[in-house]
Amino acid sequence: MGENEIDEGLKVYGFSISPFTRKVEMTLNLKGIKYEHIEEDLNNKSSDLLRYNPVHKATPVLLHNGNPLPESLIIMEYIDDTWTDADPIMPPDPYDRAMVRFWANFIDTKLVPAIKVAVLRECEEEEHEKKIEEAKHWVKTIENVLGEKKKFFGGEKIGYLDIAAIWLIGWVPAMQEAAGWELISKEKFPFLSAWTQEMLSHQVVRDNLPHRDPLHAYYVWRLSGFKPELTPVFK
Amino acid sequence: MGKGKGDVKLLGAWPSPYAVRVNIALNLKSVDYEFQTENLATGSKSELLIKSNPVHKKIPVLLHGGKPICESLIIVQYIDEVWSDGPSILPSDPYDRAVARFWAAYVDDKFYTAVKGIVVADGEEAKAAAVKVLKDGLVLLEEAFLKSSAGEGKPFFGGDEIGYLDIALGSLLGWLRVTEKSFNVKLFEEATTPRLVSWVDSFCKHPAVKDELPETDKLFEYAQKVVYPRIKAFAAAAAK
Repeated sequence: MGENEIDEGLKVYGFSISPFTRKVEMTLNLKGIKYEHIEEDLNNKSSDLLRYNPVHKATPVLLHNGNPLPESLIIMEYIDDTWTDADPIMPPDPYDRAMVRFWANFIDTKLVPAIKVAVLRECEEEEHEKKIEEAKHWVKTIENVLGEKKKFFGGEKIGYLDIAAIWLIGWVPAMQEAAGWELISKEKFPFLSAWTQEMLSHQVVRDNLPHRDPLHAYYVWRLSGFKPELTPVFK
Repeated sequence: MGKGKGDVKLLGAWPSPYAVRVNIALNLKSVDYEFQTENLATGSKSELLIKSNPVHKKIPVLLHGGKPICESLIIVQYIDEVWSDGPSILPSDPYDRAVARFWAAYVDDKFYTAVKGIVVADGEEAKAAAVKVLKDGLVLLEEAFLKSSAGEGKPFFGGDEIGYLDIALGSLLGWLRVTEKSFNVKLFEEATTPRLVSWVDSFCKHPAVKDELPETDKLFEYAQKVVYPRIKAFAAAAAK
């Protein structure tokens, strides 16, 4: 299969402002794999999506030769296991693999929820200070994983954990902008800041970040308590 | 090929289905290991646990050559990749592997929440609804079983041998049995999950498994004394 041919049997059912969809597409793009993107309206899910992901009814879903696969991190490893002539995103050593899986899970289950609660103030007022400290603690934790020396979580090249962490690049800034304050500042988190610049210097990363306006509109809507009159229209 | 005990250490606890997964995986690969129990009942955590899993402070933790690996499913994958000369735990085909990972993640996502839902349910109707959630999940797994190589008449999700999804789901059998006993319900039934009914039997008899699943009576008592009160207290606090 030549690099420039679209694999007829490869589709991504996605939602473009969602990081889960973008993680999958960034992985495919990094490997030069062509696919068809099908944009889902999450308020009006396609019958295909419901058929391919009956359990969660969510995006993204990868459809490869008629075989559907949901869950972004699972899809990313599947891509790595299947298109083996492209550079792998997973490290080769079993311990390193366990570590990146652990930290990717940490990002989704602990880091991002904590950041959202802190930045968007999704807690009781008297709890907010505590939630900010908690979020900062988790941000520091992931920054320590990166450390001072590494260009990327994957070392010299973008890897699985860098992709798993794109939340921090594409979504947290929009969240902070809408909320009017910065949790993750350059001064407090210099290594993450440097990593962000490294990532942004790559076309593949820039191409896979959501557009600012719809994302901003989403966070403004969310901050308002989801006021109906502020409901964004996702194109 | 067993490795020296000092090399592999598991921080676990007999009631924990997550720790049981690791016991089973190590047994499958014939790895010698040292087992250190954390006392879940008192809730006090050992220094080693806190040091090895500072983020979650939870068992199981596998220490291999002193290096910690956390999260049961991540540990099972690690064991499969390191002791690659033993029987394979993950399927070799990338799609089958991804599907096994999907269902294992589903089990983790849904089943504990579903069991908790039954424990805190107030009244018969609420309980029945909560039980239905769990049973519906098992029906999905019955379908997944049929679609896997087990559909071709093999005894396990992994085929002839137990694999990743067998371990992920099977490790919960102690707790599922306790749920049945505590709330007088049947979760695995011939009418709805016939293949899984035989699977339960085959899984529990497997040499790598049979000494690891906690005895139902012992776990039942532990549930009544420690776990159910804790779940209820937590739910009550969260509701305020």
